[in-house]
Amino acid sequence: MTTLAMQTVSGFRRKRLTALALPLLILLYLTYAFFAFDVPGLTDRVNVGNARTLVADTYSYKTHVTRDNRNGSVQIAIEGERKGRYPEGTSPDWVALGADTVIDLGEGHVVTFGQNVTYDVPGYGLIVTDPGNTGVNAELPDGPVPEWINASGNRLTVTTDAGRLTVTRNRSEVFRYAPGWELFFFTLESPYHDMSWGQIASRAFSGEAGAIWSDFWNNAMWRHGDVAWALVETVLMAFLGTFGAAIIALPLAFLAAKNFTPLGSLRFAARRVFDFLRGVDGLIWTIVLSRAFGPGPLTGSIAILLTDTGSFGKMFSEALENVDEKQIEGVSSTGAKPMQRYRFGVIPQITPVLLSQVLYYLESNTRSATIIGAITGGGIGLMLTQAIITQKDWEEVSYYIVLIILLVMAMDTFSGWLRRKLIKGGGDV
Amino acid sequence: MADLTGTQGATDEIRAQYLAHARSKRVMNLILILLFVAMLGAGFVTADDRNAGGFFEGLPNILDFPADVLSEAYERGHLLPGYLVKYFPSLIETVNIAAVATLIGGLIGLMVSLLVTRGLAPVPFLIGPLRRVLDILRAIPEIVVALVLIYLLGGGPIPAMIAIALHTVGALGKLFSEVNENASLKPLEGLESVGATWPQRMWLGVIPQVAPNYLSYALLRFEINIRASAILGFVGAGGIGYDLRNTMTWGQGKFDEAAAIFLLLFLTIVAVDQLSSVVRNRLTHGAKLQEVHP
Repeated sequence: MTTLAMQTVSGFRRKRLTALALPLLILLYLTYAFFAFDVPGLTDRVNVGNARTLVADTYSYKTHVTRDNRNGSVQIAIEGERKGRYPEGTSPDWVALGADTVIDLGEGHVVTFGQNVTYDVPGYGLIVTDPGNTGVNAELPDGPVPEWINASGNRLTVTTDAGRLTVTRNRSEVFRYAPGWELFFFTLESPYHDMSWGQIASRAFSGEAGAIWSDFWNNAMWRHGDVAWALVETVLMAFLGTFGAAIIALPLAFLAAKNFTPLGSLRFAARRVFDFLRGVDGLIWTIVLSRAFGPGPLTGSIAILLTDTGSFGKMFSEALENVDEKQIEGVSSTGAKPMQRYRFGVIPQITPVLLSQVLYYLESNTRSATIIGAITGGGIGLMLTQAIITQKDWEEVSYYIVLIILLVMAMDTFSGWLRRKLIKGGGDV
Repeated sequence: MADLTGTQGATDEIRAQYLAHARSKRVMNLILILLFVAMLGAGFVTADDRNAGGFFEGLPNILDFPADVLSEAYERGHLLPGYLVKYFPSLIETVNIAAVATLIGGLIGLMVSLLVTRGLAPVPFLIGPLRRVLDILRAIPEIVVALVLIYLLGGGPIPAMIAIALHTVGALGKLFSEVNENASLKPLEGLESVGATWPQRMWLGVIPQVAPNYLSYALLRFEINIRASAILGFVGAGGIGYDLRNTMTWGQGKFDEAAAIFLLLFLTIVAVDQLSSVVRNRLTHGAKLQEVHP
């Protein structure tokens, strides 16, 4: 009795110790990782300015009004890009062109490009500059210089809530911010740019629907047509890769299943092939294949196909090992030949299992296709990496991210719908 | 007699109906299969068209690159052990990224999973919104989060770790909540009757029932995360993927180092794969888990 009590007590003590040891181990490991990943140094590396640009760009855009101080020419461009430049002599309604260019930034903030460049800041006063060879020659109102003005001999920067003015010897530039994504539907070159939806609809009914669509589709800023193609390419990679892999893996899986291939060495070989295909991994397959086929959706498809042949082969052969022998016996009792036995005795049993696995992979491969596209160059993954590398088109980055999320969710819904339909419907497709 | 012929007629009718039904079903299936094959074919042609190099032109060259790598690796085979040692720390970093992401993602996923399981959730009206959050976390490819974070936080393991952890929360949160649904509620009732609070009920009533399944799923996720971590390294997030890209962009002359990295990566993936499959088998006592897609 005492020994039993002692055993119980010591058993509980050991259990309590392990219960305590596990969280401790995890904590220890996380502490190690904390220093191995140099988390304390993170504060130096964080780029707050980048974060601000990123967030601001996702919901607003800026229009640049730039004057060359030497010849007086004024240029207005959205985001400062050539694609968003206003044609000569035209301007948005808050810029008055003329001998003096008057830029109304709203709420009483007015910048004038004339003989001098002036900025009237309500509640502060008039900032006057006379840019030229001698420098910017800024004259500020009396009093201490506020922190939102940065003035030196050759450069003046005024940043207010309404916008930003930068004056150097050769250039004066104003940024005005506005909410939304700029020129999302039509660029400035398009005649439909400043029409209302009602006007566009009436134009569309009077026979201009094709022109309207082509102006939207070929929008140089957002490239809707290219984006749509990129999405199609991504889905294509997932589709070809997943179903190609399933078609190749099915016959190979018979070789790897114990009950269909009694020959041990053959089974061993098939299984090692699957392990190899899976172990090499999509990343390496992508690199190897892009050397042979070049970048594009085909390379991505084959990379997915090879990796998934390994995964499917393993899963299918496990499913085949679990089939019910009785149904096969029943079919062979009617005098069925081997092919017929497989067709009517085996395939109907494993179809639901295989289909549901293949359809699960279709969704996850849409994500893989995005990643592979980013590495090998193809599909929406490529467009995303390109937009991120330029480090200024963040509104496009957020647009692509939204599209990717919607695409993956749509594929998820679609594969779930198909799974229910095919498996519940009981069709022996 | 008249009765009998009547039955005969009915049987014939039934047989005719059955045959017609079977035939129409077979035709439908044939059409579906033809449609599917046509889609595959058209898809292949489109993909081939939009690829930089064609399939049939590229096919003969498919072994060129592996041959280059292998021949360089063979020529300078004596350097291979040195390379393996040189890149081992990067491999550790890749594995660390995956491990930390799985741990943190798994712990957060565990808590969220308890909040989104019907019958266990303390705030039932949060179930729907939280599930949508999990859906979105699962839908975002890791590379998207990683690239944005690299821009904000600079290169290194942290962006990759956060990106993978977020995805892991989405994936494990869903799987864990499916496991929770099968947990028996009786221990919970017992605990409630003695006045246990919600955290106590979860910790003492649910977790012990589901822990083996949790662990098993987490191991599977760890396997998937190692692959993801290698890929994210390739786009600039540190670890062995980063070294691989550097040796690859260098091109010929560093292929022996690339071969060493390939080897390390391959061996790690296979080792983790095998190890986790053994452990998972023991955890679930041979019971099969529903297969998880990556």
